[in-house]
Amino acid sequence: MENHSNDDKPRGSNGDSEGIPAPSGAANLIDTDYVIGQDNITASPMGINVDLHGKVFLFSSIVIMLFVILTLALQDQMEPIFNSMFSFLTTNLGWFFILGANVFVILALVLIFTPLGKVRIGGADATPDFGYAGWFSMLFAAGMGIGLMFYGVSEPLGHYGTAMGGISMGEDGVRTDWAPLGGAEGDQAGAIDLSMAATIFHWGFHPWGAYAIVGLSLAIFAFNKGLPLTMRSIFYPILDERIWGWPGHVIDILAVFATLFGLTTSLGIGATQAAGGLEYLFGIPAGDTTLVLLILGITLVALGSIMLGVDKGVQRLSQLNMVLAALLLLFVIAVGPTLMIATGVIDNLIGYVTHLPAFSMPFGREDANFSQGWTAFYWAWWIAWSPFVGMFIARVSRGRTVREFLISVLLVPTLASVVWMTAFGTTAIDQVVNAGITQVQDADLELQLFTMLEQLPLSAITSFVGITLVIVFFITSSDSGSLVIDSITAGGKVDAPKPQRIFWALIEGALAIALLLGGGLAALQTAALTTGLPFTLVLLVGCYGIVKGLMSEPRSV
Amino acid sequence: MYRKIMVPVDLAHLDVIEPALEKVADLARHYDAEVCYVGATSNAPSSVARTPQEYAQKLEAFAKERAQVHGQPVSTKTISSPDVVADLDDLLIKAIDDVGADLVVMPTHPPKHLDVIMPSHGGKVATHTKASIFLIRP
Repeated sequence: MENHSNDDKPRGSNGDSEGIPAPSGAANLIDTDYVIGQDNITASPMGINVDLHGKVFLFSSIVIMLFVILTLALQDQMEPIFNSMFSFLTTNLGWFFILGANVFVILALVLIFTPLGKVRIGGADATPDFGYAGWFSMLFAAGMGIGLMFYGVSEPLGHYGTAMGGISMGEDGVRTDWAPLGGAEGDQAGAIDLSMAATIFHWGFHPWGAYAIVGLSLAIFAFNKGLPLTMRSIFYPILDERIWGWPGHVIDILAVFATLFGLTTSLGIGATQAAGGLEYLFGIPAGDTTLVLLILGITLVALGSIMLGVDKGVQRLSQLNMVLAALLLLFVIAVGPTLMIATGVIDNLIGYVTHLPAFSMPFGREDANFSQGWTAFYWAWWIAWSPFVGMFIARVSRGRTVREFLISVLLVPTLASVVWMTAFGTTAIDQVVNAGITQVQDADLELQLFTMLEQLPLSAITSFVGITLVIVFFITSSDSGSLVIDSITAGGKVDAPKPQRIFWALIEGALAIALLLGGGLAALQTAALTTGLPFTLVLLVGCYGIVKGLMSEPRSV
Repeated sequence: MYRKIMVPVDLAHLDVIEPALEKVADLARHYDAEVCYVGATSNAPSSVARTPQEYAQKLEAFAKERAQVHGQPVSTKTISSPDVVADLDDLLIKAIDDVGADLVVMPTHPPKHLDVIMPSHGGKVATHTKASIFLIRP
């Protein structure tokens, strides 16, 4: 490793013959002979240009296609397999996911307060490519958009119900209830507190911690170290030049799987909810046909957004969604139990922090159903999703300092989740507790948001806004997901030909359809869980890489 | 009649644009015009350069080489963008005004069906600028 720290001579007058100048200002490029795209295959079949990393692309696309065909052909046989795998993984390895996620949060929090926080992504003099509004909208839309729509009402209500139900023991002395921690049998205030804390726990520091770690490490190794923007690069401090060989291929292939399955889980959830909403609002039957047509239609729109690129596609759609989501949030706060929500934000924040140690305890949990079925599944899902979100946020975060990046990716979204979950959760729980309305609790998961909105005024408009939000989040996810998978399968090239992005958007749609028809949401969730497992390991090792990488960077003042 | 000729170049595929570069040299000598080579690069490391600054340096070296060939004054402009594949047309259209070019010479491909969905860069740029555009087909 060589240190080029020629601050004010970016044009590389530092005497190196074909010398590589520093990134904008001081930084520490890794000295490697690898040329990005050197292992790529370029061709133009039928006038369409392609530029791909042969091994990573072929291996991952063949496996995915086999998976789609098998799942569709053997629908009846696959579903029980998915279900038993899901319970095996959560039961036996739940602790591993919970422990791993804790490590990511702690590292991200610690980095904010260390001098390493002063390192600037892209070199000491780099300037941000996107303004705060666009940047933040994209972070949020990529990070959890669809999930917030789906679980905003249903999760707090679900936990409230189980917490009120208290603890029940099976014959073998194992708890059969799904209540978080010790539950709060018959204690209304306690149950509300516990259910909101549990929900916020799942949408707070931990998901964003995983995103932050992946995003930051990718950004540092690409923009400051000059390595290709792909997962293998963060392993340079550990594997050295071997990352260009099979160890690197395996990491990238895992990242492709994790991204695809994590993404399609969200797409599947989004499609189910949008179809449910359409049936609810317009009476269009939400059968398989509607689902398939919906996914196809949304994928087509996503293709349009891909053609427009990040700046005009994803960024504008994300900003549109931010505005819509903010309006919906303000509406719910205004017409819902405003005072309860306002005090709830503070109470829930306190509740979250109080229960945090117990919730994040990986060992000796008595609430096995909750910690394995909810927490471990969520963590696996977030981690499976982290290469996607991480790589996307890395790509739009050049020019920010590490501290700025971590505060924006960890703290701000967590606060936003607290407000969102409190507004939607409190309103729904209030309807059950104070108005005695039980329709919301009885409705299917994907309909709970719409049923909750029905109890408020102007529900035709708000439900429509809700469906729009889900669909637009779907589009931005599909678009940015294709961008990310394309760059991983093109050996880290971010300027590979456009048709490749289109190919991946189509694969994502096909995969979502195959998994929904083949095994419903269980199939999607199992797929996310299965790929999340090896990726947790990858990320834990990556934590070392990022600290090592940051230590060798000059710090800006 | 033309004072400044802008030539978008892709340093990763110089072989493809070689024929167009020869015509640029002829035109520049004929009109005694300055040639401005414009390169667009991603912010993230690419096959040509690991940073936008390195790209700028390579583009300058390339322009100097071309100056030896045609003997006309040269200049360069490096544009960097987070998503250069999608933004290329807009970046080039903006660059035409920024460098003050009155003629743009671009290599392009013959029309094909795919153009309906993905129009050629040359075609797209030509419909959005006041400068003259000379599209060179292989």
